[in-house]
Amino acid sequence: MLGNLTLAAIPLDQPIPLIAAGLVGAVLLATLAYIAFAGYLPYLWREWITSVDHKRIGVMYTLLALVMLLRGFTDALMMRSQQALAFRSPGYLPPEHYDQIFSAHGTLMIFFVGMTFMIGLMNYVVPLQLGVRDVAFPTLNSVGFWLTATGALLVNVSLVVGEFAKTGWLPYPPLSEITYSPGVGVDYYLWSLQISGVGTLMTGINLVTTILKMRAPGMNYLRMPMFCWTSLASNLLIVAAFPILTTTLAMLLLDRYLGFHFFTNTGGGNVMMFNNLIWAWGHPEVYILILPAFGIFSEVISTFSTKPLFGYRSMVAATMVICLLAFMVWLHHFFTMGAGADVNAVFGVTTMIIAVPTGVKVFNWLFTMYGGRVRFDTPMLWALAFMVTFVIGGMTGVLLAVPPADFVLHNSLFLVAHFHNVIIGGVLFGGFAGLSYWWPKAFGFRLHEGWGKAAWALWVSGFYVAFMPLYLLGLMGMTRRMQHYDDPAWRPWLIVAAFGALMILGGIACQVVQIIVSIRRRDELRDDTGDLWDGRSLEWSTASPPPAYNFAVLPQVHGEEPYWGMKQTALEQAHLSDAPHYEAIEIPRNSPTGFVCAFFATVLGFALIWHIWWMAGAGLLGAFATFVAFAWRDRAEVEMPASEVARLDGDNRRARADRLAHLEAAP
Amino acid sequence: MTSAFAPTADPGRRSAAGGRRNPTDPHHVGHGGPGGGGPSARGRGTGGPAPKSVVVSYGFWLFILSDIVMFATFFAAYAVLKGNTDGGPTPAGVFGLGNSAVETACLLLSSYAGGAATLAARARNARLFYAAMALTFALGALFIGLEAREFVDLVGRGAGPSRSAFLSSFFALVGCHGLHVSAGLLWLVTMVAQVYAKGFRADILRRFHCWTLFWHALDIVWVGVFTVVYLMGVYA
Repeated sequence: MLGNLTLAAIPLDQPIPLIAAGLVGAVLLATLAYIAFAGYLPYLWREWITSVDHKRIGVMYTLLALVMLLRGFTDALMMRSQQALAFRSPGYLPPEHYDQIFSAHGTLMIFFVGMTFMIGLMNYVVPLQLGVRDVAFPTLNSVGFWLTATGALLVNVSLVVGEFAKTGWLPYPPLSEITYSPGVGVDYYLWSLQISGVGTLMTGINLVTTILKMRAPGMNYLRMPMFCWTSLASNLLIVAAFPILTTTLAMLLLDRYLGFHFFTNTGGGNVMMFNNLIWAWGHPEVYILILPAFGIFSEVISTFSTKPLFGYRSMVAATMVICLLAFMVWLHHFFTMGAGADVNAVFGVTTMIIAVPTGVKVFNWLFTMYGGRVRFDTPMLWALAFMVTFVIGGMTGVLLAVPPADFVLHNSLFLVAHFHNVIIGGVLFGGFAGLSYWWPKAFGFRLHEGWGKAAWALWVSGFYVAFMPLYLLGLMGMTRRMQHYDDPAWRPWLIVAAFGALMILGGIACQVVQIIVSIRRRDELRDDTGDLWDGRSLEWSTASPPPAYNFAVLPQVHGEEPYWGMKQTALEQAHLSDAPHYEAIEIPRNSPTGFVCAFFATVLGFALIWHIWWMAGAGLLGAFATFVAFAWRDRAEVEMPASEVARLDGDNRRARADRLAHLEAAP
Repeated sequence: MTSAFAPTADPGRRSAAGGRRNPTDPHHVGHGGPGGGGPSARGRGTGGPAPKSVVVSYGFWLFILSDIVMFATFFAAYAVLKGNTDGGPTPAGVFGLGNSAVETACLLLSSYAGGAATLAARARNARLFYAAMALTFALGALFIGLEAREFVDLVGRGAGPSRSAFLSSFFALVGCHGLHVSAGLLWLVTMVAQVYAKGFRADILRRFHCWTLFWHALDIVWVGVFTVVYLMGVYA
């Protein structure tokens, strides 16, 4: 009846996951109970869960990423403390638990923090920057988000029901084959990524179509803001690379479930093929993560330097070159596997070539700041920390691209330090910069600066304290993923690294406090202008938070930096452009399709993990029925009358007029 | 092709764009001159967002591209593992051209029938549409039946997917295509049901257009399968 699922799946003998899961469950239940008792449930259902508005979905993606960051960071703290304690002793985490922690940490941080954070910001900002009313496929967008949430949920369910993979964040065979990993851990990993991967692919298709086919009148390719360009590159990579991940994981699933021989030791399977395939996706994945962050920094650095982005066209070229080269370097992830000196040399060289367009970008950012009136608000601070940190991480990456050096440093903590250096210093700092930059746009009030700066200081210094020792430990020969060790020379550095993790904990605490304080003091932090940072692209031309339709009338774009142009014209002529003629606007209707579909996907995934075949059939049938029900609906849009549009836009125009008057009054 | 349904797809939007019909670009898809087309071109930067029919088809083309990447991965795995027979059956030993030639004929003819359904939909001829879709379904189902028979036969002869890596990759590649065709058949049925229940409505025609793209794409993939797996398997 319940397949392989029995009561023994709940790890009653292991207190740590039980307490963790109990805490998470208690917090979840308390939140749900509060929402239900306060009567917010209908509001939540109507305005958020069934929403197909790209802004709401963007906010939910970002929220999911931040919650998963807490979970992933908890794993990180446990690993750092284990290694600080486990000198000639077993520490407090048994090996099979420690292995699950580093696997879950990597999986969560890459898929449900990094990707989710970037997709959330792209979802929110790209349509606004393009000057349009929504993404190309609003309901598909909602389905994509909820499938991502399903993946995150399944990973977290593995805490209490069964176990998670012990194979690392990429399940290399033959270890991940059924012979050596007979438990459900790898299956949890595989099915959560298959389900959330479908969601990611949907987002990729959606955003590429939006950027290429839906732009405000006059918005040529070379007038798009840099963030739209990097989003385009990132989503093109999603469309081209994610199917490889899906297929590779499907092969592993076939091996595990039906006795196929893709990657087994026996039957002629080819283990090396897994490495080639997974990294043919995995390296583009790195750029899927970092390119949107590059775009965020471009926007932030230009805005806070009060200057147009230096070398805009070279930036576009560099972005697209990175997008192409992303597919030509995958082999550098396994130089040591014996492809031969010639092959290694080719991939070493292509890897180093990527440093060229990246270098172009760094210089462009520096020259954007040069001669500008630089304002040091929190988003800009994150950008500055990024520029220094990312360059260090990039240089250690070029070092690893030298095959002989890689033979020494492969699989060591040097590698761990390198990729944390680029992912934290690049993607995460980018996400935080974007969060503090666009938060006032999304909610109409800014985040508290003091707490933001404290978080920034602790995060950045904590990062260096936590990860610079790892470079040294790698050079000293310490390999990654060690549950205990007996070299006394390593211990001081591991204690320093654990202290760095505690500093980062302080940074995260400041961020939590910052959000709470900002919400409580939202009246004094309110921004009525809709253009808090003196922005340059179209998202700042509409109100904060933007109305459901984004723009009352689609803006007419006449050059790069369209909103800056509009503001200059208004200043020169000393009044706003005349009120436009308003027409009724069709807004996509909300739909529970995404949520219901994800519910069935969760049922399906859970059933497949535990071999409960009837339940899997029910889940599949339910998902299909959901789509048929969606196909049967008769009205896809609701109409907002012109008078309502005029009323809402009138408020926005009054705020702009006040600001114009204010600017003119200033000397 | 993409413009086939534009006139009925969103007349409201077109009139909002001025209602002018450019003779070289009647459906405002951006033809006419490099770098953006005429002033009424939409989706190319100058004229604002593209009409819905274009957006939907474009998105579906992207999906098909990603699907092709998926098949490419299975093809690559097949190419890598083809020789890894583990002392078991070899490609020449298990494949015959007879069955697969009939399968190919079924699938290509079903695409032809699907094309006829497209014409019927454009002419709003419901009876012809149902007939053509029924023929498409029958040929597709025949294809699946033949494929299933081949699979059952292979497994019965001890040449199932768990015999060797070569057979694993064969069953995965061909089976993935077969799953796609089955999904396409299911979609075909819901498509016919939608037309039956709601008529040739603009949004339903857009979906139908996506279905035809899907069905033709599976043909193209099958041509690859037939060549790489069967022809090269038998003659190599």
